[in-house]
Amino acid sequence: MTDKSGTMLYLNGVSVSFDGFKALNHLSIIVHPGEMLAIIGPNGAGKTTMMDIITGKTRPDDGEVYFDGRTDLTKLDEAQIANLGIGRKFQKPTVFESHTIWDNLVLALKRPRSVLAALLYSESAEDKARIEEILDTVRLTARKDELAADLSHGQKQWLEIGMLLAQDPKLLLVDEPVAGMTDAETVETAKLLKQIAKTRSVVVVEHDMSFVRELGTRVTCLAEGSVLAEGSLDQVSANPIVIERYLGR
Amino acid sequence: MLTQMLFRALDKKAMWLVAALVFIAIAIPVANLVIPEGNPLHLPNYMVPLLGKYLNYALLALALDLVWGYCGILSLGHAAFFALGAYAMGMYLMRQIGARGVYANPVLPDFMVFLNYKDLPWFWHGFDLWWFAFLMVLFVPGLLAFAFGWFAFRSRVTGVYLSIITQAMTYALLLAFFRNDLGLGGNNGLTDFKDILGFNVQAATTRAGLFAASALALALAVIICSAIVNSKLGKVMVAVRDAESRTRFLGWRPENVKLFAFVVSAVLAGIAGALYTPQVGIINPGEFDPANSIEAVIWVAVGGRGTLIGPIIGAVLVNAGKSVFTGAFPDFWLYCLGGLFIFVTLFMPKGIVGLFQKLKPRKGKEASSAAEAGEDPSTLPQPKPVPEPAE
Repeated sequence: MTDKSGTMLYLNGVSVSFDGFKALNHLSIIVHPGEMLAIIGPNGAGKTTMMDIITGKTRPDDGEVYFDGRTDLTKLDEAQIANLGIGRKFQKPTVFESHTIWDNLVLALKRPRSVLAALLYSESAEDKARIEEILDTVRLTARKDELAADLSHGQKQWLEIGMLLAQDPKLLLVDEPVAGMTDAETVETAKLLKQIAKTRSVVVVEHDMSFVRELGTRVTCLAEGSVLAEGSLDQVSANPIVIERYLGR
Repeated sequence: MLTQMLFRALDKKAMWLVAALVFIAIAIPVANLVIPEGNPLHLPNYMVPLLGKYLNYALLALALDLVWGYCGILSLGHAAFFALGAYAMGMYLMRQIGARGVYANPVLPDFMVFLNYKDLPWFWHGFDLWWFAFLMVLFVPGLLAFAFGWFAFRSRVTGVYLSIITQAMTYALLLAFFRNDLGLGGNNGLTDFKDILGFNVQAATTRAGLFAASALALALAVIICSAIVNSKLGKVMVAVRDAESRTRFLGWRPENVKLFAFVVSAVLAGIAGALYTPQVGIINPGEFDPANSIEAVIWVAVGGRGTLIGPIIGAVLVNAGKSVFTGAFPDFWLYCLGGLFIFVTLFMPKGIVGLFQKLKPRKGKEASSAAEAGEDPSTLPQPKPVPEPAE
């Protein structure tokens, strides 16, 4: 594998097994700064496990995981990794349902995370402006004072993307962002992610092929915990092994 | 920054609550001391410490609500912090007896003379000074909560497992305090108090003063809790309660947030215990009984958790009910208590406060209070009976 300097995310030979089942098997992936990578693959290919490893939820048995070319992520915990600048959107939208949409964004906003700082925090004009800007981006301005629990499934996905933006991460991991969205919403989400990818690195895991096509980006197909094929969507979907193992089914 | 916090703490609801507590801190002593006997507004002497005790329980319930209702930590051992505060106060009161004890030993309390102690055990030193004793009232429960929380929250023990170890903690303390050689009076505990700060504990004026102190302590705790839950930290606490692992991925440290809430809560519970001892006149290991902690959980559930006024209402009502019922039908009280808990869990998951909120239409921007409100029973988010383990 190539040198890790100059990469945003560098996974080399990562393996992890749960009770003998190899969830990841010598997985190697590189994401460069300002690059978007779409990851496709059948269920159980290890897509979510890969995100768990990057965000510190799961420790790999073997292999290297580096962020920004120098930080070893296998030595850090979830909060440290999040504060380095890695944001994650979950497969199942996870927002704080008993908080308002505004408060969800306040909690995500990149500000000191210590107990004391949170106790003494008061919203500055700058913070308000930033939250309003994000609300506008994810189109939830009109509903900012409503509880997150009252949002539709698609809107929760958008709120979570908004929370990611508020975190101001360098790398976004986005797990199935368009699950449960209408076609129109899907198109909008693709536009939004492309917009975000202009300034940050983005890794998107998705099953929806038309959405991946919409993103128009480099694609990696995973199967059984390792990389099956890489390239443009056309290249990958023309690959006979990919057709046999994933698309053809 | 602090004035800003205070301003935020005193939102309208908290302000009314504090005002009401200050009012009764004045009104009850006046009704007892100033209004002459025979007047229908006169409060008999025995009622003052009884009502004071209710307010101490209310403070314990408020402390428990801070960790359970707002942070999702169901502590089944909170009475331990209450009892530790109570013992610290008891030690001070014992030292105030001086040579007036049965054995007339100027230094050693009666039970030590009886048990053939030659010297005062090391940890009794300093308790003759009121300021030292009062510091210990805060420090001892706080330290235990810090040590316990440090290990429990760092090892990510949550949900029922955490509840079980809090229960084990209070049970272990119960057994320890029963032992005579612990040097804290064993089975009999600490009693036969004479003076507090130079005033006779039995005197009606002292009792009225202790009642006022209890009401003011509760008012102060309401301000503190209100400042916490209305801050961004309070929002993080609720987020930890509802989706702990999500807060981690946002970069928060749930273990630190929980530890903070747990320590503040333990200190408040300790203050409640300290005010309880002189009003009740005795503190013994029975206060560590796990059943006491569970009862406190019932008060919070009945009043409405996740609100500041709920636990106060719950504690006062349930204990008033207890006073009436244990007098009228002593055998049935525990059945009533158990039935009440089942009823509240099944039919009033938001407690008495939730019942009132349901009657009142939701106001436009009161979003934070809307968290526990709901405009229509059918659209109410399904309440969780007990916080489940995260993940």
